[in-house]
Amino acid sequence: MTVLSLRDLRLCRGPRPILNGVSLEVARGELVAIMGSSGSGKTTILRAIAGLETFDSGRITIDDVGLAGGGAQPATLRALRRKVGMVFQFHCLFEHLPAITNVTLAPVHAHGVSPADAERRARELLKAFGVEHRADALPRNLSGGEAQRVAIARALAVDPPVLLMDEPTASLDPERRSELGALLRGLLQQGRTLVIATHDEDFAREWATRVVRVKDGVLG
Amino acid sequence: MRRLTLFLPFLCAVSAVSALYVVAAAAPQEVFRWAGDPEGGAPFVQADPARPEELVGFDVEIASLFARGLGRKPEFLNIEFKSIVQSIMRGDAEIGMSGIEDSPTRRTTLAVTLPYYEFREVLSVRDADAQTLTSLASLRGKRVGTLVDTLAYEILLRAEKEYGLQAVSYEDDVHPYSDLVVGRVDAVLLDNVLAERRHRNMRGFTVQPATIAIGHYVGVLAPANAATRDRLNDVLRGAMRDGTLERIFTKWSVWNADQPALFAKVLAGEFVPPYVVNTELQMIPSAASIPIWDATRRYLPSLLRASAVTIVLSCLSMALAVAIGVCIATGRVYGNRLARIALTAYVELIRGTPILLQLFVLYYGLAAAIRLPAFVAALLGLALNYAAYESEIYRGALEAVSVGQLEAARTLGLSEGQVLRLIRGPQAFRLALAPMTNDFVAMLKDSSLVSVLTVLELTKQTQIFATNLGSWVIPGLLCAGLYLAMSLPLAALARRLEKQWKAAPQ
Repeated sequence: MTVLSLRDLRLCRGPRPILNGVSLEVARGELVAIMGSSGSGKTTILRAIAGLETFDSGRITIDDVGLAGGGAQPATLRALRRKVGMVFQFHCLFEHLPAITNVTLAPVHAHGVSPADAERRARELLKAFGVEHRADALPRNLSGGEAQRVAIARALAVDPPVLLMDEPTASLDPERRSELGALLRGLLQQGRTLVIATHDEDFAREWATRVVRVKDGVLG
Repeated sequence: MRRLTLFLPFLCAVSAVSALYVVAAAAPQEVFRWAGDPEGGAPFVQADPARPEELVGFDVEIASLFARGLGRKPEFLNIEFKSIVQSIMRGDAEIGMSGIEDSPTRRTTLAVTLPYYEFREVLSVRDADAQTLTSLASLRGKRVGTLVDTLAYEILLRAEKEYGLQAVSYEDDVHPYSDLVVGRVDAVLLDNVLAERRHRNMRGFTVQPATIAIGHYVGVLAPANAATRDRLNDVLRGAMRDGTLERIFTKWSVWNADQPALFAKVLAGEFVPPYVVNTELQMIPSAASIPIWDATRRYLPSLLRASAVTIVLSCLSMALAVAIGVCIATGRVYGNRLARIALTAYVELIRGTPILLQLFVLYYGLAAAIRLPAFVAALLGLALNYAAYESEIYRGALEAVSVGQLEAARTLGLSEGQVLRLIRGPQAFRLALAPMTNDFVAMLKDSSLVSVLTVLELTKQTQIFATNLGSWVIPGLLCAGLYLAMSLPLAALARRLEKQWKAAPQ
């Protein structure tokens, strides 16, 4: 069953084409690794799916929400964003809030979940990812691995069907990479769909269910 | 030999030039430098309307008289009225003359010339009140304006206690009368020279005939110049005797029957008191004549009250400035083009013009349309001015929050308003805290500018104290101590907040 579908995405920045007709179908329970060299457009694809990049033409569909090229209304963008969680390469945890509040922010303020329920769910997530003891720490006091787990918990707090991760292994040592792989596999087993952008060949081969390559803005 | 003859003319030229230098160096002794404030205007000292680079006025003519008497050339030094005494003490000029009032303090701390003009303190009231408001006693519960640091102000301070009126201090002698006409004050107590001058070109008020007090204009010199003062007194006596002073005062339309009586007393060598108050008011003795610690104890309560005005005014103004500044900054970052242009124009207008001018426009300029009470005008003036600077701090701080933080918030499904309120605003606030504290401390001191709007705050009260004491040392130290007592805890609080936000809360 297709959860995420990209149809002929095109995007130019000035005269330079960034995405040159990208199409991709991702089924539920897949972990798709988009690979390519720096500047090949793999991060841009993730950003387009997260509603952060306005594309010129084409269409993105997640579940029942569709987004066409050429800009969208804020309401459509918000609807799309509720379907995806995004983990940035540098995590981008909210610097002024402790880990737990980073995780409860979206449920409470964007989804109307009660603070008590949101906190219970947040602690469950942090516990599942092994960082419950860091719940009250500020982001600047977390290690790279801890910050990444908190960022994943934050992205999953509102239970989106699709999770996007940009360069998830970039700042991890080999041991932490396997732990991350195992964690992602666990998410797949729960029925989530993952799309990651990476240039880590070994990680992709070991943990992804499918690898696609992007070159000059086209998927090979 | 030939060489020497060639050299000789050169040597002569050098000697001639050196001699010129010696003459030039000696020249300042030929100058009689006197200090005054042309802002005081006619008939004292004012720029000649026909030739603005030249000064006219009876003080100008008396200064010329003095210079002639000493065989020197008068040279004018432009000094703000309230700084004339300090300037004389420093030696910037030999004598200060600008309608300066005789007082016990000045007689104690300075070398004061003989009184050369006698004035009367008179009340001015609106035409409609001319029949009812005729004396200080009739002004119970009323607001009475005057020039700060004058005999009239001293009288009003006593009358506050005695008759329950409220003294309002002005920095100049024009606005008391304009405020009287528009109804901000109910009466003005000033000398008859100032009252009559204003009455000639302003309608709507009546100068009451009753004399509240009698005072005198004098020239002031540093105590070390007592010898010069004695020579100037001789010049004055001569000018009283031969009718020169009468001619000068007649020319400036201030000659009256009081002057021959004063001249007769002076020429007869009788004692002329600095002033005589024609009411039952008990004037406090000059602060200069009592021990300094007693004087300090006497002024401390009013300094503390003035500090309270300063701190309350600063806190309220800053709170308002922060609120307006946040709105301006948000509008400039998020608003449409029109809003951005309008807000940028506001910020540039406020930053590009002096705050003193803004305060004047707000209080006096708008008085015809909207008559703001002095405290409100001061509060608004400071707040509107600081809002412009605050908004630039906040705009910078908002733009300094990294794009990654904003995108992370957007991907979570937060609206732009929520992103601003929950993420961008709080992070920007932390960045803005240090410059904000800095501005608050600056505001504490800038609040002294509002004394031009008759608000009596710490700096103004210190100045009054210093004038009465005839010295700035103790008042200056007290004033500095009080400002520090306000600003240091503030700086400490800000440092604690910053530290708290930087430290890990675990």
